[in-house]
Amino acid sequence: MSSDVLICGAGRTPFGRSEATGRQLALAAVNAALTDAGIEWSRVRAAFGGSDSAGLADTLVAQLGLTGLPFVNVKNGCATGGSALVSAVNAIRSGMADVVLAVGFDKHPRGAFDPRPEDWGLGAEYGSDGLMVTTQFFGMKIQRYMHDHGITPRTLALVAEKAYRNGGLTPEAWRREPLSAAEILASGMVSDPLTRYMFCSPGAGAAALVLCSPEAARAMDGPPVTLRSAVVRTRRFGSFEVFSPWIPGGELTSVSRDVSAAAFEEAGLGPGDVDVCQLQDTESGAEVMHLAECGFCEDGEQERLVASGATGIGGTLPVNTDGGCIANGEPIGASGLRQVYEVVQQLRGRAGDRQVPDRPRIGFTHVYGAPGVSACTVLSR
Amino acid sequence: MAGALIRMATDPRSQAAAGPRAAPVLKATGHRPVLQGARCSGCSVTVYPADDACPRCGGPADPVALQGTGTLWTWTVQRYEPKSPPYEPPPGGFEPFALGYVELADDVRVAAVLDVDDLDDVRIGMALSVTAGPGVPRARPTTLSEEGS
Repeated sequence: MSSDVLICGAGRTPFGRSEATGRQLALAAVNAALTDAGIEWSRVRAAFGGSDSAGLADTLVAQLGLTGLPFVNVKNGCATGGSALVSAVNAIRSGMADVVLAVGFDKHPRGAFDPRPEDWGLGAEYGSDGLMVTTQFFGMKIQRYMHDHGITPRTLALVAEKAYRNGGLTPEAWRREPLSAAEILASGMVSDPLTRYMFCSPGAGAAALVLCSPEAARAMDGPPVTLRSAVVRTRRFGSFEVFSPWIPGGELTSVSRDVSAAAFEEAGLGPGDVDVCQLQDTESGAEVMHLAECGFCEDGEQERLVASGATGIGGTLPVNTDGGCIANGEPIGASGLRQVYEVVQQLRGRAGDRQVPDRPRIGFTHVYGAPGVSACTVLSR
Repeated sequence: MAGALIRMATDPRSQAAAGPRAAPVLKATGHRPVLQGARCSGCSVTVYPADDACPRCGGPADPVALQGTGTLWTWTVQRYEPKSPPYEPPPGGFEPFALGYVELADDVRVAAVLDVDDLDDVRIGMALSVTAGPGVPRARPTTLSEEGS
């Protein structure tokens, strides 16, 4: 086992629509993380970060300070934050630096994400015939899952209901108005079986972390959280991803299953040890399926778990305590680090109205995106 | 955005998509064009559309005509009009349409638009006949005569 990496500072901005640029949001998150750690920018020895569509992270040095540190841009779709985090961890473990910043940010306009078939290696007909629509994939994946494992539309609605409830407890969340399961079911079908309020929206936001070696952490403020593992992977053959003209027959593979198992193995822990977790919830169905893909339950068990309140704050496995993507929106580059920020707050006991009771010790985060990339972390206090 | 609009309008592939196309991947069997895929001789993976290389092992893949009938593996309905470009609504304007993956006997699931009379009739497991372009594969409920053939 490599040496420990500690998270000594965490910062985020409000998510949603913003007048600020993506870079301004990134600066605010970085400064919040530095303040949280009680250090100046000049103490940071290396940085990794990026956005999907809001600019280059390394240009932030013009405002943060031209200290000469190595600053590597990361552009890895939905795993941008997770990949920046893995790079930061490796920088510490390799001895390259003892205090490292990871930052993710983004700003997407309303109705963003305009995929073009040629960018995905597909014929123009997939665009002209109306199949370049991401919500179709989410609908079709959960549709089959519900058929195979007895999940009902009401469970999808309950997942979103919880997201808005938790968003209401999170000052930085975007969607803070509670919505009932009945309202969510009646909000209009987007891609069957998913309705409008079951989806997250593209938005703006930023999150940043200060990571340290154990020696460097001793000189910092605040209780550090140990990053037990951080793993990023891409899909193997046989997975079901967005914009696929075909998928192979037989049992599907899952990058989320692969990467979560690797993260737990590296941490020497299992899903049963986790007290609080963040799972990618691009829409309600994703949270349902990721519960099983990340090992927290058997396929189909979600129907009972969700109805019983097990995934709520105060349940046996609180999931997406800050409202997840559904309540925070999806600034692609920022989501993975927002998840870690939230778990850090929970493990430090600083999560305010949304604090998981009984002093949670072990946390887990999982981010997933197109086309089949995922990053997971295991954290402990 | 304006740049993207201009780019799409002048993309030769975009123009091709608007008009009737000579589809090189089609082969006529009887009166109905079948899907032309490829199969890896090494690991028996079948892909659609045809590709030169196997996505699992990287080895060479040979052209193969796919079975024209199968069952619906999963589906959804496109309830709102997709963004144009790249979407090109039919002459009568956008109407919600069903789409899904049809599981064929070749151990491959192919994305297709589902031509059904009533969107409420779509069910996982329903028997479908799939035909090739112009455009993406299209599937419609299998008739009794096709089931016998």
